[in-house]
Amino acid sequence: MNFTWFSQVAAVTGVSLRELPSRWVSSAVAVFGIAGVVMVMVGILSMAAGFRAALSETSDPRVAMVLRASSTSELDSGFSREDTLVIAESELIARGEDGSLISSELYVVVDVARKSTGTSSNVPLRGVKPVAMDVRGNVRIAEGRMFSPGLNEIVVGSGARNLFAGLDVGSTVTWGTNTWTVVGIIEAGGGVPESEIWADLHSLQSAYRRGSSVQTVRARLASEDDFQSFKDSLTGDPRLNVSVIRERDFYADQSRLINGLITGVGYFVAVLMGLGAIFGAVNTMYTAVASRMREIATWRALGFKSSAVFISVMTEALTLGLIGGLVGALIAYVVFNGFQVATMNWTSFSQLTFAFAVTPGLIKSGVLYALLMGLIGGLLPGLRAARLPITVALREL
Amino acid sequence: MALVEVKKLSKEYKRGVETVHVLRDLDAAIPEGDFLALMGPSGSGKSTLLNLIGGIDKPSSGTIDVGGQRIDNMPERKLTQWRAQHVGFVFQLYHLMPMLTAARNVELPLLLTGLSRSERKQRVAAALALVGLSDRAGHKPKELSGGQEQRVGIARAIVSDPSLLLCDEPTGDLDRKAGDEILDLLDGLNKEHNKTVVMVTHDPHAAARAKRTLYLNDGLLGTEPEA
Ligand SMILES: Nc1ncnc2c1ncn2[C@@H]1O[C@H](COP(=O)(O)OP(=O)(O)OP(=O)(O)O)[C@@H](O)[C@H]1O
Ligand SMILES: [Mg+2]
Repeated sequence: MNFTWFSQVAAVTGVSLRELPSRWVSSAVAVFGIAGVVMVMVGILSMAAGFRAALSETSDPRVAMVLRASSTSELDSGFSREDTLVIAESELIARGEDGSLISSELYVVVDVARKSTGTSSNVPLRGVKPVAMDVRGNVRIAEGRMFSPGLNEIVVGSGARNLFAGLDVGSTVTWGTNTWTVVGIIEAGGGVPESEIWADLHSLQSAYRRGSSVQTVRARLASEDDFQSFKDSLTGDPRLNVSVIRERDFYADQSRLINGLITGVGYFVAVLMGLGAIFGAVNTMYTAVASRMREIATWRALGFKSSAVFISVMTEALTLGLIGGLVGALIAYVVFNGFQVATMNWTSFSQLTFAFAVTPGLIKSGVLYALLMGLIGGLLPGLRAARLPITVALREL
Repeated sequence: MALVEVKKLSKEYKRGVETVHVLRDLDAAIPEGDFLALMGPSGSGKSTLLNLIGGIDKPSSGTIDVGGQRIDNMPERKLTQWRAQHVGFVFQLYHLMPMLTAARNVELPLLLTGLSRSERKQRVAAALALVGLSDRAGHKPKELSGGQEQRVGIARAIVSDPSLLLCDEPTGDLDRKAGDEILDLLDGLNKEHNKTVVMVTHDPHAAARAKRTLYLNDGLLGTEPEA
């Protein structure tokens, strides 16, 4: 390899790329094959990304969750009022305008009909005090107003409102013997509260005859670094029998299984479809080499190296891969990004709504995968081009 | 010593079980400064011989010596480099890059030399001037006549100043007038620039412009057309 090698490569590659538009029909085969794979792969993985984002990434790392020791979900946790008072003594809990940012919450599950199918699904109904919003930090009223203490009023997560019937502001819903009025819609940056329905803690306690007991306690810590001390102080307190976990980790644990499943399916499909796309690319590149026979023979006769010819084929294949990757990622973005769905969250036995998230990271992996397909697709045709007997190729018309 | 010396040169192709002997133990010597016309019936192996001398094909047996260097057993990498330095090809169908201007087409062989951009520009201008196409430097092949395309082809063949010019039916696709202009050019390159020219042709009129003519028949070279 010497200095002239780069100008050789540049010249041969330049000519082949400038001729690319004249080969657009066969090039389109490779581009669309690759774009299809990238679109499906990014689409499936964006589901996992959206699920993960909804569950954990929207949760502030300063939010700690206290459950009864050995509870694995909010449903099977429980505290007496005395327990919550002990927890509230911690000095690591941040203070808001109206006192400590600590929220005792009741968690039940209600049946709601899906708009699309009419079948009923479980939706979490959470009893809270207004401080629950400040504890989480990202919950806001998007429509209507907050429920009034003591009344049978509810606010509904925006995701739940979109997917389930009869949850618009002003509607009334009846669960068991209780009737509730929807007075507001809450948003939480795509997070879990958007899949929930919130009611006043005391109203819910009396509706479900829970007395003054609650199920979980959430606390916003002054600093995320205080978590370990907070956890140690509560688990070391002889009056309590609790486990403490960051809310973000709690949700991440819940999403791990389904995330792994979706991601696995995504990669499996990407590899299977990728094989097909690679065959398409190989075919396209053989066609390209065939149509360049005389040109390639001319380069070689003039004294250009076969490696320069090889690289020109690889560059063309990578270019098609890049175009396919970008097109596929763009389509995936347009089609899937923000697409809202609900799925069963198995650990809480309730529906979680979330939006597919086509993240920059996913677009990057999609394009990289497209380049890989182009690379593999170009290999054999590139070798053929490099080894083409000059005299035979010169005869081609 | 001759510029090109070929000894016991054979080239055969296998077609299924049958073997086609294109060249059989052929001997030839082409002195420096020669202008040789190569004639013979279609399929007699004229192009094959030319390609062997130019190092774009390999013989089945025998030796090829050009300018004191054995090229028949040269490894492919070295041979590629050797071609860039020592031979210029002129093809019947010109084989120009359709996307590139005349000047850029002529410049291509210089990309293999390490000359600076300004030196390349000078050489390209000189080569185009020599073939009388200075005013067409910016034209693409499609915008040129056949005769002009072939002149660009000749400029490309001589731009890196090789001693040997190999022309495979350079006038085969041109009318008489354009063909004559090409022959004038080759004649001038031979006489005034001391290029050794080997030209395959079917046209006796073209062959008459050469210093001498050899005939290829049944795999052997002779000074007489087929008896
Ligand atoms: N790659 C090949 N495989 C098999 N046979 C070949 C191959 N290349 C050339 N031949 C045969 O070798 C013989 C000589 O071919 P060549 O092209 O040298 O003839 P030519 O004298 O140049 O003919 P023309 O005047 O038609 O150009 C022909 O019979 C041709 O069919
Ligand atoms: Mg021929």
